[in-house]
Amino acid sequence: MDAQAHKETLITLSNAGVTRGGRTLVRGVDMTISRGEIVTLIGPNGSGKSTTAKLATGVLKPSTGSVTRQPGLRIGYVPQKLTIDWTLPLTVERLMTLTGRYPATAIDEALEAVGAQRLRKAAVQELSGGEFQRVLFARAMIRKPDLLVLDEPVQGVDFSGEVALYELVRQIRDTTRSGILMISHDLHVVMAETDTVICLNGHVCCRGTPSAVKRSPEYLRLFGERAAHTLAIYEHHHDHEHHDDGCVVPEGHAHEHHHDHEHAGHDHVR
Amino acid sequence: MSIITTMSMRGTTMFGDYFSRALIAGIGLALVAGPLGCFVVWRRMAYFGDTMAHSALLGVALSIILSMNMTLGVFAVAALVAGALIVLQRQATLSTDALLGILSHSTLAVGLVLVGFLTTVRIDLMGFLFGDILAVSVEDIAIIYGGGVAILAILVLAWRPLLASTVSPELAEAEGLRPEASRLVLMILMASVIAIAMKLVGVLLITSLLIIPAATARRLSATPETMAAVAAILGAIAVVGGLFGSRTWDTASGPSIVVMALIIFLVSLTVPVTRLFGRRETHGA
Repeated sequence: MDAQAHKETLITLSNAGVTRGGRTLVRGVDMTISRGEIVTLIGPNGSGKSTTAKLATGVLKPSTGSVTRQPGLRIGYVPQKLTIDWTLPLTVERLMTLTGRYPATAIDEALEAVGAQRLRKAAVQELSGGEFQRVLFARAMIRKPDLLVLDEPVQGVDFSGEVALYELVRQIRDTTRSGILMISHDLHVVMAETDTVICLNGHVCCRGTPSAVKRSPEYLRLFGERAAHTLAIYEHHHDHEHHDDGCVVPEGHAHEHHHDHEHAGHDHVR
Repeated sequence: MSIITTMSMRGTTMFGDYFSRALIAGIGLALVAGPLGCFVVWRRMAYFGDTMAHSALLGVALSIILSMNMTLGVFAVAALVAGALIVLQRQATLSTDALLGILSHSTLAVGLVLVGFLTTVRIDLMGFLFGDILAVSVEDIAIIYGGGVAILAILVLAWRPLLASTVSPELAEAEGLRPEASRLVLMILMASVIAIAMKLVGVLLITSLLIIPAATARRLSATPETMAAVAAILGAIAVVGGLFGSRTWDTASGPSIVVMALIIFLVSLTVPVTRLFGRRETHGA
């Protein structure tokens, strides 16, 4: 990535930890998120991914260490599998102004950016998983956030929808100057564009570029050999920067990449 | 409690005759209960509201014993019960469902027992259980409208954060809102509505005025704001219809209002939902 030129740090966690009721939820986390950077948190359930994200957004205060945020930092949040009860009538249009007031033109633009403008008048309950996720992206982006937090952005979305959403994240990174913090339960898919993967298990057990993490002994110890064999790094197929890993792309594009990892995408290509 | 004679409306001021007072008080209550009831429905707090309402009788008994204002007493006890529930939920030993069952019926029972001990004052128990809207005084109307305006004002001012934390507490929190504070605000508003509604419809029927108009409004609304407004209007219609019905057929006024609300709800079920909203545009060129 060539964004090193103007690296503006948005959030810094240094040796941050949270203790609640005598129980340590997470400890010793060092993390920085800069503009135009994608940071992905992976780890098993209860490993402190959400806690770490909450430290970053300021929902939780650190019990140890420190968290510094750029003053006035605006956060956009895409929640994990949000279910909105039928009893709550909500159109896509109304959802867009959930946490703030925006003019109609801004709503149009935001929906258009994710290709959901025709859903404007639709009730949220009748959207498909992928459509709803796109609308939630648009809702977070309308705030013009400095930091976009994506909590399990592809959960409950089918494979082609998943690829499209990663593509959308890439696009958002390129067109806005937001920093992106992604949380993933899915240990197997990490976007190739991720600048830093932080692998958590109560503490940071390894970190680095997707390909470095995949090879790290800590990752293998935590998730086992088999997980490492199926860790797929999703790459954008027009991206000619070559990585030394396999990738998951929709059928028909696979030949455009060289694979030196024949197990890549095992669990995902159907 | 029953209406024996048809009243002559002639020569009385607006507040002068009991039937007009009942109408004014009931409409005032419905206009507040409708919008607040929407949150009760959205957040699945129906049983929670019931529990708070049942505790109102305990509030009545305590305020007589401590010789304090009854509306304040009921508000305080309802708010305390809500607080107790939150604390007990944090312990996470029993399910919320079971906790509500315990609190709901024990506060009602304790209230009834305490009322039995009050030998110095005679209490119209039926009036507190099922309401006595026809006995509403001008002072009661002042409390209903004063409290009602305050409740609606808070609801309007806090609308966006309240709605956002109803849709997703995580989202609201991450974007700088405070869902815990929203929850607290809602509980206080509910305790207030229960305090001003108890005299009118009684502890056993209060939650119906919160829930039935809101549930009816759902099928007729495409946005949360319309649903709140429609619920207020439907509630007012139920009050007017119920009161005239009770006068015509000499039936108990509180239950008549609830029956009217139910009839409107049943009629609304015949409206096809998909016709009204939620259409997506078809693929264009």
